[in-house]
Amino acid sequence: MLKIQVKDAEQNSTDNLKVLQTDKKKTVYQTRNLNLWYGEQQALKDINLDIIENDVTAIIGPSGCGKSTYIKTLNRMVELVPIVRTTGEIIYRERNILDKNYQVEELRTKVGMVFQKPNPFPKSIYDNIAYGPRIHGIKNKKILDEIVENSLRGAAIWDDVKDRLHQNAYGLSGGQQQRICIARCLAIEPDVILMDEPTSALDPISTLKVEELVQELKQNYSIIIVTHNMQQAARISDKTAFFLNGEVIEFDDTNKLFSTPSDRRTEDYISGRFG
Amino acid sequence: MVSFKQQDSQSVQQLIEQAKGKGSKKLMEKIMPKILFLTALVSVLTTIGIVFTLIFETFEFFTRVNIIDYLIGREWLPFAGDSPAYGVLPLIAGTLKVTLIAAVVAVPLGIAAAIYLSEYASDKIRRTIKPILEVLAGVPTIVYGFFALTFVTPIIQTVIPSVKIFNAISPGIVIGIMILPMIASLSEDAMSSVPNSIREGALALGSTKLEVTLKVILPAAISGILSSIVLAVSRAIGETMIVSLAGGSTPKFDMNITDSIQTMTAYIVQVSSGDAGYGTTIYYSIYAVGFTLFIFTLLMNLLAHFISKRFKEEY
Repeated sequence: MLKIQVKDAEQNSTDNLKVLQTDKKKTVYQTRNLNLWYGEQQALKDINLDIIENDVTAIIGPSGCGKSTYIKTLNRMVELVPIVRTTGEIIYRERNILDKNYQVEELRTKVGMVFQKPNPFPKSIYDNIAYGPRIHGIKNKKILDEIVENSLRGAAIWDDVKDRLHQNAYGLSGGQQQRICIARCLAIEPDVILMDEPTSALDPISTLKVEELVQELKQNYSIIIVTHNMQQAARISDKTAFFLNGEVIEFDDTNKLFSTPSDRRTEDYISGRFG
Repeated sequence: MVSFKQQDSQSVQQLIEQAKGKGSKKLMEKIMPKILFLTALVSVLTTIGIVFTLIFETFEFFTRVNIIDYLIGREWLPFAGDSPAYGVLPLIAGTLKVTLIAAVVAVPLGIAAAIYLSEYASDKIRRTIKPILEVLAGVPTIVYGFFALTFVTPIIQTVIPSVKIFNAISPGIVIGIMILPMIASLSEDAMSSVPNSIREGALALGSTKLEVTLKVILPAAISGILSSIVLAVSRAIGETMIVSLAGGSTPKFDMNITDSIQTMTAYIVQVSSGDAGYGTTIYYSIYAVGFTLFIFTLLMNLLAHFISKRFKEEY
């Protein structure tokens, strides 16, 4: 019943085909002429980006380039800032999410998010994972148990926590907490997972685990990850967008972007000349 | 260009060296903690002094009145001439009636106000309403007492004509109004101190604002909310002027709230402002009642302390 289990078997067979099929794959998000202002200050300028299904799309760029703002626009979390204003369109699965008639709760049920700092709820591990399914109306204890276990397995944290599901999530280490947050996100089986610098608060070993996890999750989810770590982008993503001063400077296959960038500014950034 | 190491003038390090030894910095560093300790000691000693006075005088009272009669007696008739009765239960009943009514009024309203202020109100509204709430907490209780007697009681009497001029409802409601800002303000503090990242986490899962508030923020702030309630209730127990003015002076051990009552505090006021001679049993009885009251509020404060430790959420 759950995506997480089913996909393992299919993995090998689809891997080889994947490269060939890239062109035919569906787009999840089409961003069209997106502009965004915080008050008077323009944070995003005429963004055009297509995010492809089951890809890991990395967004890199120096601090303040708008990469976090962009990813938060994709689930409209950016609206928590009251003075924000947008023009343009973001088409998600054929519908413009910036349309005010689009129910933001519905969007966020389809598009999960993992934050910079682990932010588990001050509840037990079990209740953290079960929170999403519960608010969306799943009450059956058996089904919840199953969702919790599968989500925790999916986030590669089951073995660490299976004996203390009813302890507070804040007793875990930072890396474990972040994987709990990923599991919490998986529990409602979203379509897309947005990750906003998910490893910036973690130590190298936890970072490695999260990166491995991203590789596994891409089988079932489209992942968009903001990172200020270029090596990370190069390691885990299929496509990379380079943002600078609110604009997309370059968007290409990760291999291409890091080996033969077509824009001088991209080259300067990835070779460490600024940022 | 300004350099920190100019050749012809002294370096900062040299200036620091010269300044050393001058002044009383070292002495102050040593003396200040001792002065601060002494000031802290004053308040502690005062408290201990008060408690000991209470204990000694209460002890004297119990050499005259059997402690068991005091604790389980259902009649409080200290002025009954030859056969006075000193059963404290009627006074406790009066206190509990008023406190319960106050809690029923203040807890739901206070928490609702806190939810609004913390989760829904804009910064501007919050900055306007919170100081007003805190002004409400600064109104002298004698004013509340008059408010209860001359404003609230007549209103209640028009709705329920059987209510007497002195009753438990009116002071109960007004004490509720008095402690409401305390609950609202402290609960708001508890809820606002839940980090925004947790709200964002819940919103990002597709929760509505109400779901975030009720299922994440409220449970996360529960220790602060519960201890604000306990502290407010303990203030209601100790409240004196409102019940003295509007509650009456008829200690009765029953469940009636429309009739005149007497609380522990109101009894102490009655005796203190009357002419009970020094050394009489009535004189000592106010210490016993005061000590009983002290036990109540102490228990409430310990409970608040326990709650905030037991339910403490880390985030």
